[in-house]
Amino acid sequence: MSDLNTLTIADARDALSGGEVTSVELTEACLGAIGASGPLNAFVHGTPEKAMEMARAADARIRAGDAVAMTGIPVGIKDVFCVKGVPSQAASRILEGFTPEYESTVTQNLWNAGAVMLGKLNMDEFAMGSTNEASCYGRAVNPWKAADGQELTPGGSSGGSAAAVAADLCLGATGTDTGGSIRQPAAFTGTVGLRPTYGRVSRWGVIAYASSLDQAGPMTKTVRDAAIMLGAMASVDPQDSTSADLPVPDYESLLTGDIRGKKIGIPREYRIDGMPDDIAALWDKGADMLRNAGAEIVDISLPHTKYALPAYYVIAPAEASSNLARYDGVRYGRRARLGHGDGIVEMYEKTRAEGFGPEVQRRIMIGTYVLSAGFYDAYYNRARKVRALIKRDFDTAYADGIDAILAPTTPSAAFALGAMDNSDPVAMYLQDVFTVTLNLAGLPGISVPVGQDKQGLPLGLQLIGRPFEEGELLNQALVLERSAGFVAKPQRWW
Amino acid sequence: MSITEDEARKVAHLARIAVEDEALPALARELSGILQFMEQLNEVDVEGVEPMTGVIPMRLKRREDVVTTGGMPDKILANAPDAREGFFAVPKVVE
Repeated sequence: MSDLNTLTIADARDALSGGEVTSVELTEACLGAIGASGPLNAFVHGTPEKAMEMARAADARIRAGDAVAMTGIPVGIKDVFCVKGVPSQAASRILEGFTPEYESTVTQNLWNAGAVMLGKLNMDEFAMGSTNEASCYGRAVNPWKAADGQELTPGGSSGGSAAAVAADLCLGATGTDTGGSIRQPAAFTGTVGLRPTYGRVSRWGVIAYASSLDQAGPMTKTVRDAAIMLGAMASVDPQDSTSADLPVPDYESLLTGDIRGKKIGIPREYRIDGMPDDIAALWDKGADMLRNAGAEIVDISLPHTKYALPAYYVIAPAEASSNLARYDGVRYGRRARLGHGDGIVEMYEKTRAEGFGPEVQRRIMIGTYVLSAGFYDAYYNRARKVRALIKRDFDTAYADGIDAILAPTTPSAAFALGAMDNSDPVAMYLQDVFTVTLNLAGLPGISVPVGQDKQGLPLGLQLIGRPFEEGELLNQALVLERSAGFVAKPQRWW
Repeated sequence: MSITEDEARKVAHLARIAVEDEALPALARELSGILQFMEQLNEVDVEGVEPMTGVIPMRLKRREDVVTTGGMPDKILANAPDAREGFFAVPKVVE
């Protein structure tokens, strides 16, 4: 078998259990691909020795007839997850040198499910960004290139994860999604990205950005792989007080491909001014695919959609300013070199000024402002009220019998690296226009590659599901995936 | 609503982030731009709406009020930039 790193998780699992391939061989193939992927800057801390050790243990387990869901499957881990003994710094200088003494629940679940750790993946610092350019490791690069040869952003914040999956450096990767950080990079790279319902996957050991919005999920080559990997990542976790007390179903067994009679909503407010023709056409095509599979397509209204972005950019920075207060140069990470006579306040201020990048500083300060005396009601409380209305929009649609909602994932295909350099911060925030709504409502969403734009770049559609109905959502996504038959791969240039 | 340089200085200090005086005008402009974007929220009628506290309706989990972990000072201090004699060390604080 050649190019083992290009296998899907499902195919690799079958080949492993059939004895056609070993985890050591699979892992070596991925490590080889990673070694030759420097220009993508996707993997930022390799753990090859750990990988080989885990692969050998997986092979022993398979030989003993003791294989579980992901035994022997090599995966990459976004740098935001704490992995014991492995640098985990959320792409921030302020966590330079931090090697956790404990393991995040998600990664522990993956290791318990037999997965093999290849290393840590690039991201936007503290998951704040939509281009993976705000990283202490430097930007990650999309394996897809523009027609004119320009290098493109893989999206963000899980840009390294998306680039690694699209370039076949790993079979799957973890991501986190606070405002679209799994789905947007998946759409930009022709991969599948699933953000689960808030509370489905434990946040324990995931370096926090905005705790009421953060949720980890799988980034994979196929919908089936997302089902397998979500099953491995999800759990009921006493360490996370917001972890939902619901058993984790066998998601893969729910992939029947039958969506007859399901009602799919098309929200009219998502048809924004200036939507590119490619995106609008793709959306219509996606609706046709679901209709042809027996679903009923229904026009719906989510009237407060327009206010999701401004509400998000109040709530997320507010939570970030509070979460990131812990980086004080005392307990972990970096401390600034202090001048003669500097006291503790100078230590905090200098450490945070040199440890945080510009976007993180900006969000902390915006968050500080909207939470400060005199502005709390005008901004923060108002945003939380608008959030309640946004959730009510979805609740109403679902109460009316809608099973899922179909919308574009992004307002465009991947754009050039550096394209946002001179624009104001709000221009970048607009990237999240289709994705943030469901974070505010706590809902699950999945991006599936459905087509290509005029340049041949991948485009994704997202399905938004009912809370804790990831199985249904994956099944609908499977139908979209099968009808679209997206098989394009980036030309290897790196 | 726009932010003055003075307000920007105050916010930076509240956030404990050192900002040079020369950088304040640009910071004030940026923050003002973002706040302006947020002003859209004023168009929404939120009369009688409760601010959302939790996105998934659930009762906060409870457990016995007992010590569940601890006794690992070495691990806690392992990543500290400066730790001495079992404590985090910081510059002298004199009030």
